[in-house]
Amino acid sequence: MKICVLVKEVPDAAAPRKIDPGTMRLDRSGATTLNEFDKHAIEAAMQLKAGGELGVDEVVVLTMGPNAKVLQTAVSYGLDRSVHLADDALAGSDVAATGLALAKVLEAESPDLVLLGQQSDDGECYAMGAVVAEHLKMPSLTQVVKMDVEGGKLRCERQAEYGYDTVAVSLPAVISVGDAINEPRYPGLKDIMGAKKKPVDTKSTADAGIDAGQVGEAGSKTKVIALNPPPQKEAGEIITDEDTAATVEKIVSWLEERKLI
Amino acid sequence: MAGILVYALHDDEGNFNKNSLGAVSEAARLAGELGTEAAAVVIGDVADDKVAALGAHGATKVFRAKNVADGLAQPAVDVMAKVITDGGYDYALFGGGLLGLEIGAGLAARLAGGVTVEVTKVKVDGGSLVAERPILQDSEIADVTFDGGLGVIVGRLNAFEAKESGGSAAIEDIEVELSDFSSKSELVTRGEQRGEAVDIEAADVLIGGGRGLGEAEGFRACEDLAATFPNGAVAATRAVVDSGWYPYAAQIGQTGKTVAPKLYLAVGISGAIQHKVGMASSENIVAINKDENAPIFEFADLGVIGDLNKIVPALTEALKARG
Ligand SMILES: Cc1cc2nc3c(=O)[nH]c(=O)nc-3n(C[C@H](O)[C@H](O)[C@H](O)COP(=O)(O)OP(=O)(O)OC[C@H]3O[C@@H](n4cnc5c(N)ncnc54)[C@H](O)[C@@H]3O)c2cc1C
Repeated sequence: MKICVLVKEVPDAAAPRKIDPGTMRLDRSGATTLNEFDKHAIEAAMQLKAGGELGVDEVVVLTMGPNAKVLQTAVSYGLDRSVHLADDALAGSDVAATGLALAKVLEAESPDLVLLGQQSDDGECYAMGAVVAEHLKMPSLTQVVKMDVEGGKLRCERQAEYGYDTVAVSLPAVISVGDAINEPRYPGLKDIMGAKKKPVDTKSTADAGIDAGQVGEAGSKTKVIALNPPPQKEAGEIITDEDTAATVEKIVSWLEERKLI
Repeated sequence: MAGILVYALHDDEGNFNKNSLGAVSEAARLAGELGTEAAAVVIGDVADDKVAALGAHGATKVFRAKNVADGLAQPAVDVMAKVITDGGYDYALFGGGLLGLEIGAGLAARLAGGVTVEVTKVKVDGGSLVAERPILQDSEIADVTFDGGLGVIVGRLNAFEAKESGGSAAIEDIEVELSDFSSKSELVTRGEQRGEAVDIEAADVLIGGGRGLGEAEGFRACEDLAATFPNGAVAATRAVVDSGWYPYAAQIGQTGKTVAPKLYLAVGISGAIQHKVGMASSENIVAINKDENAPIFEFADLGVIGDLNKIVPALTEALKARG
């Protein structure tokens, strides 16, 4: 059995984020990192492999984007190999176009389970799993915070609008996991050293059989036509706690002024 | 007729979700400007008198798929894709929530359209819809249009206000054959309420606790602080509810409650959008967080940068001492 994990390279949390006014896309020239939320998907895959119930032979990680660095980080957690989809034609793909491209690569891998994180730290669409599943014609669930193997199916729990739902999902399936599902491990030294030697299969859109007209800016049906600042809101007061007694005094008088106490 | 189709989520008794009713009202408003109509889709066997609420909020037509169970996204994609293809709808609109994200994204994929999520406002420009989508922690607002194919707009929680127009809708029952993969998930239980049935909606003061509390025990400090107010209660983020630290009934946000107390005091909460949408209308927001870059400081009226373990007990003592 094979699990594929989808990961994304995102700007480093410490780096300021801005939009390139020319392309209206996120400026990705600064420091980058593996999307934090993806670590939970990697961990979930590793736990399923270790658990043995599904007989997982291989965990493959896949990313789409110009740089392969993020794949090396991902395999350093102990994954088996990686696939890198990179092509200039993919630049500017929106969620639907990105999902289509990823699905094409996944099709060739023919996984039994596709795992991804609950969201990307930069795009924040929460929707990639649903797009990929639709193209792969697989059942799907997002924001899963508990996942158990039961009778060859995945018994998944997640919160939806009325409380917690429990859903039994047949494999093959596409599951996005929430960040409360597990505590991601730290990569071991041996795996970090070994990461460089693990095979990376680099694919262009042509290699993956992706119609270049369906991806990238040309293939994306959503267009950002303008960027505007949000309505101005009066800035709040900020205090830094240096002396807690004084801080508390300030909070209390702030509350008093507003007749909240 | 190029109209707008809305997914109307309901509970097991057939009561429509407030955000879905908001989406219906919004669709009716937009359809009016576009010179078209707003219709809604209901999944499950909801009685006519309940369905009437959708007409009252501005839908002129309701498609009801009685044979399909509500609660999972993929069967809903099957139903909506059929209605859209048969009726030539140009847009699909969803109120805030989780299912809307899944259904909307699936629909865009199936019908080769585009999807925009977290939309706070929709406007009409030159006969088309433009969706306003805040990005990068709400620091910019992108105007998004759809270039051919279906345009799917998923609203942010509470973005669209439910307004009764007093109209009525024609109900059409439809038979939809589910696609093979849509039937491969089974909803075993729905809407389980985990933890105690605490009531936070009536409180004037809410002490919101997040992952910064470190462990379930950490909530004790929030409860002590809440007890110093005559009508105080404790609320929580999804992160801590998912971890089993606090009851689901106390959760604020996208898949929890929406509140607007006189004072919301956030302790160890980062201020993620999905939490913010449930409490941003509070009259006064105070945040205690040790990370000066935490997004909550962008919308707190009073932000305190510091360690909650030092500040919260001291604040509780000070308020108790005032009597
Ligand atoms: C579809 C979807 C729906 C969601 N629905 C909801 C929802 O309904 N409600 C909700 O809340 N979330 C929801 N979320 C999750 C949301 O995105 C955030 O992950 C969540 O709100 C984070 O909770 P938190 O602030 O407790 O944790 P974190 O984001 O981990 O923040 C913890 C904060 O505590 C601070 N901290 C740590 N230690 C200390 C200390 N000693 N002193 C002071 N501060 C400290 C940290 O600096 C940090 O800012 C949803 C997400 C998705 C994708």
